Amino acid sequence: MTALKTLGDFPALVIIIVFAGLMIIFMVAGRKHPGRNLREIHAFTRLRRAVGLAVEAGTRMHISLGRGGIIGPEAGSALAGFSMLDRITRAASISDRPPVATAGDSILSILSQDTLRGTYRAMGVEHEYKPGSAQLTGLTPLSYAAGAMPVIRDGQVSTNVLAGHFGSEVALLTDAGERAGSITIAGTDSLPGQAVLFAASHEPLIGEELFAGGAYLSAGPLHIASLRTLDVFRWALILVILLGALARFVGIWK
Amino acid sequence: MKSPLSWVIALLAGSIVLAGYFLRKLVPVLSEVQALVLQWAVVLAALALLVGVVNLLAVHWRKVKEGKSTSIYSIVLIVSLVATFVITAWDSPTGSWSLWILNNIQIPIEASLVALLAIILAYTAARMFRYRTNFMTIVFIAVVVLILLGTTPLYGTAKVTALQSLSTLFKQVASWLTQTWATAGARGILLGVALGTIAAGLRILLGADRPYGG
Repeated sequence: MTALKTLGDFPALVIIIVFAGLMIIFMVAGRKHPGRNLREIHAFTRLRRAVGLAVEAGTRMHISLGRGGIIGPEAGSALAGFSMLDRITRAASISDRPPVATAGDSILSILSQDTLRGTYRAMGVEHEYKPGSAQLTGLTPLSYAAGAMPVIRDGQVSTNVLAGHFGSEVALLTDAGERAGSITIAGTDSLPGQAVLFAASHEPLIGEELFAGGAYLSAGPLHIASLRTLDVFRWALILVILLGALARFVGIWK
Repeated sequence: MKSPLSWVIALLAGSIVLAGYFLRKLVPVLSEVQALVLQWAVVLAALALLVGVVNLLAVHWRKVKEGKSTSIYSIVLIVSLVATFVITAWDSPTGSWSLWILNNIQIPIEASLVALLAIILAYTAARMFRYRTNFMTIVFIAVVVLILLGTTPLYGTAKVTALQSLSTLFKQVASWLTQTWATAGARGILLGVALGTIAAGLRILLGADRPYGG
């Protein structure tokens, strides 16, 4: 342990460099040998179906990016949310009621406006973009939830995708969805939020599943490559934990 | 097609901040540049707050103009927002009027929402059987009940020896569940989230995700 401490931040830098390297290697390998399937995550299967149904029925998709900032440690989940927002908007923008995004942080709100506008522009339908499609609904956890509830209730929403940083206030959103008869697919990086979502959402995304949204919604080869890299690191971590436990059990490491 | 310039700016800013964390002892100037970039980010965040509030006002103003049945809530929001802004600007954020609004309006409303949340959470746990009736649902509910029994005071058990020992047993089981199983599970989830966060950050740096630049 002391030896690890003397290395300082160096191991973390190595991990990030190896992670980036593996992502690029898997992306190149994926282009040469496409067709490797991803394991099924039920939430994403249902999400793809929900997008199709929303377009057919002319209902709305609601994507909530949570209330975490973009500067702090909660940024990762918000970035995963943006990736899903982009893909869902591409697929559902032709619906009579285009997707709507809500956020509990002003930067997330501006970025979600930018993401929506960029997606509409990329599809050549920029005139369809409405600034009100991305809303800041509140700045405290509860005011954010209270502000997003009417969007779910009154906006003809058929599916809610909650992807970002949420605390236990997310139960107010899932309850609004339940009352409006819409389904909720949700994932967060916060532990209290995950506990609530496991019980309250129709399709919870557990742990790193939240970050796989882009890969499952066909966002590009780098998304799939990052998923494969995640798998490699996950197995490496499992091995390290098991070896550490074994070393401690037999008394090699104290 | 998104502007490559915005990606280059994002790549430079992200790389400098990242390098500042890891190489600050090796290249001290990186630490200073990192602090400067983060300062800019804080200033921009403050400006973004104003833009966000304007967006909030615009959305509700549109609802009022459309004359929907729920537009009364939008009117309340606009009036409250403008009144709070004016009073706080005139009286300062720590002035007696501003604090009166906070203590007598904002805090009681949020407290009542928390109370509502407690009811919703209890109802949600029961409703879970409708979504997923499987083994994990049963485990979830069983753990919730055991933790509740082990952490909440059971009145009247002190007088009956058998109930007292049962209460002690519940406490031990709850402690074992939270300190061993829940901690292990939480660490597993947090490790997964940490890996996912690295992946999301690197996708931004490599330009695969660009939630910026129009």
